[in-house]
Amino acid sequence: MTETVLRSGAERRKSTIDMRALSPFIALVALAIAGALINPDFLTASNILNVVTRSAFIAIIAVGATFVISAGGLDLSVGSMAALTAGVMILTLNSLGGADMSTLAVGMLAALALGAMCGLANGLIVTFGRIEPFIVTLGTMGIFRSLVVWLAAGGTITLRNFELRELYRPVYFGTVFGIPVPIVAFLVVAAIGALILYRTSFGRHVVALGSNEDVARYSGVPIWRVRTLTYIIQGICVGIAVLVYVPRLGSATPTTGLLWELQAITAVVIGGTALKGGVGRVWGTVVGAVILELVANIMVLSNFVSEFLVGAVQGAIIIIAMLVQRSVHRGR
Amino acid sequence: MKAALLKVALATGLMAGVATGATAQPKNVTIAVSIPAATHGWTGGVVYHAQETAKQLEKGYPGLKVIVKTSPDGAAQANALDDLMAQRVDALVVLPFNSDELTDPVREVKKRGTFVTVVDRGLKDPSIQDIYVAGNNAEFGRVAGKYFVDNLKEGNVVVFRGIPTVIDEERVSNFEKALEGSGVKVIDKQYANWNRDDAFKVMQDFLSKHPKIDAVWASDDDMALGVLEAIRQAKREDIKFVLGGAGMKDMIKKVIDGDKMIPANVSYPPSMISTAMGVTAAHFYTNAPMRGTYTLDAQLITKDNAQEHYFPESPF
Repeated sequence: MTETVLRSGAERRKSTIDMRALSPFIALVALAIAGALINPDFLTASNILNVVTRSAFIAIIAVGATFVISAGGLDLSVGSMAALTAGVMILTLNSLGGADMSTLAVGMLAALALGAMCGLANGLIVTFGRIEPFIVTLGTMGIFRSLVVWLAAGGTITLRNFELRELYRPVYFGTVFGIPVPIVAFLVVAAIGALILYRTSFGRHVVALGSNEDVARYSGVPIWRVRTLTYIIQGICVGIAVLVYVPRLGSATPTTGLLWELQAITAVVIGGTALKGGVGRVWGTVVGAVILELVANIMVLSNFVSEFLVGAVQGAIIIIAMLVQRSVHRGR
Repeated sequence: MKAALLKVALATGLMAGVATGATAQPKNVTIAVSIPAATHGWTGGVVYHAQETAKQLEKGYPGLKVIVKTSPDGAAQANALDDLMAQRVDALVVLPFNSDELTDPVREVKKRGTFVTVVDRGLKDPSIQDIYVAGNNAEFGRVAGKYFVDNLKEGNVVVFRGIPTVIDEERVSNFEKALEGSGVKVIDKQYANWNRDDAFKVMQDFLSKHPKIDAVWASDDDMALGVLEAIRQAKREDIKFVLGGAGMKDMIKKVIDGDKMIPANVSYPPSMISTAMGVTAAHFYTNAPMRGTYTLDAQLITKDNAQEHYFPESPF
């Protein structure tokens, strides 16, 4: 049915690209319908808001990953980087102590700066070291993770000042005009990301670099700078995600952000960005992140999937969702 | 120079031996302790207690040397065992990463005549060990289940599972067995990987799905913290309490402070490594028989006995 609607009218004249860009949204709607059929509680406002709010961390990180991947790179270190950044941010807040806005601002700046530094390190090693990004970021993944384990002495880094915690809490649990702050945050990040990727020469350089590095080089694209910048953007996105993550539980543990890198990459690919580079879709990425969280939510809400099989069903749903998307743009 | 040092060492050893009396025989014993690196809260506690106990034992038994070595994974631990054996140790206290991978490396150690103490995770071949010190996972589930039967009497409970492992299975199945025949009913179970964030998400979903939940068995303190935050966000009043487990200091503190949502805890102490080290040292310095299996109780921690389970200095 959706297809006929799309074929009629103005949509028909548009290129394949738009159809492809739409398909993650179609998968999202299909999943939402499935969720509603499985459990009526699924469609309650509180449940939907919970799920979309929860997807904020992965969505924000995945916007950064969209840049890295569409430029033909890869960053496996984001989960560990998030844990390290969260840990350092909390330690900074603890050492400053005071429960006021300026303390919070310093902590937030520290998180963003550390994220950017980590990204810069990844970028420089990839470009100047001429090493495969897979290996570089696998290495830094281990480094960042160990550093947070070391900082926490294997335990938990907790925000100690209770008043500060209460002051910061609304950044995850608060709302702006009824919309939870994390959702606003990821919409803003995605909007800025889309603006940079689609409307600036840097954005076009990123895509050019991802589709063919040699051609990009001969066309005068400053390859090293562009590539390094994509990793810095990724780092800053991790920093922003941490700003929203820390107020939720007020702590960082050695298991914080475990496997987030895979979720971020999955979100990017579900969103229609090519893993080999050359195509980047920021809004698709955000939808991809929501889809991932939605699938997990539906699993818990359903009564017929045994807890032992949740992972299998989840995997199958993601594959089916991708197949549906593919058939939608083939059938055009 | 070396000879001189040795003489000094011997002399101090002898003197200290005289000082501690006739039962403690002055001799030089080296105990190696091989444990997982601090990769999550509980193992962080193990590392802390191992290091503290090493200091205390060296002070208490003159001539005793304790080497604590942490390893990030099973293969690394096997290598670490080789390195430790090269240093000629008399006893090994080992908390193996997993039973399968480390059974053979520990067997090699045993073949050299080393005294072997195994902690927590048993080896495939129990004949290797001289001493086995373990927590009691079945008891852990049973004690928690009994707490629900005694205190909730009847109602709906949701259960958080850890990572799919034997430990988790033993805990959960014995928890359910303890509930049998009571009015307490498990209405939902889900894995949350002993992880705060995952538990937060699952609890949010449980709250959407079930209009009335009377109590939560989070089965672990990390998960309990995630659960509490989700309940607070939903502003739900129907949940009477959350029972965690393992005795994290933050949670024990809540029990001491009389937090209504956290009235109790069930112990699964990382300090079992200290028990194992203590018994091993005693084997060399006393005449009492020490070989055997030591099973530590999973204790119910309430306001009355919480103080003795509270270690504010520990990272866990």
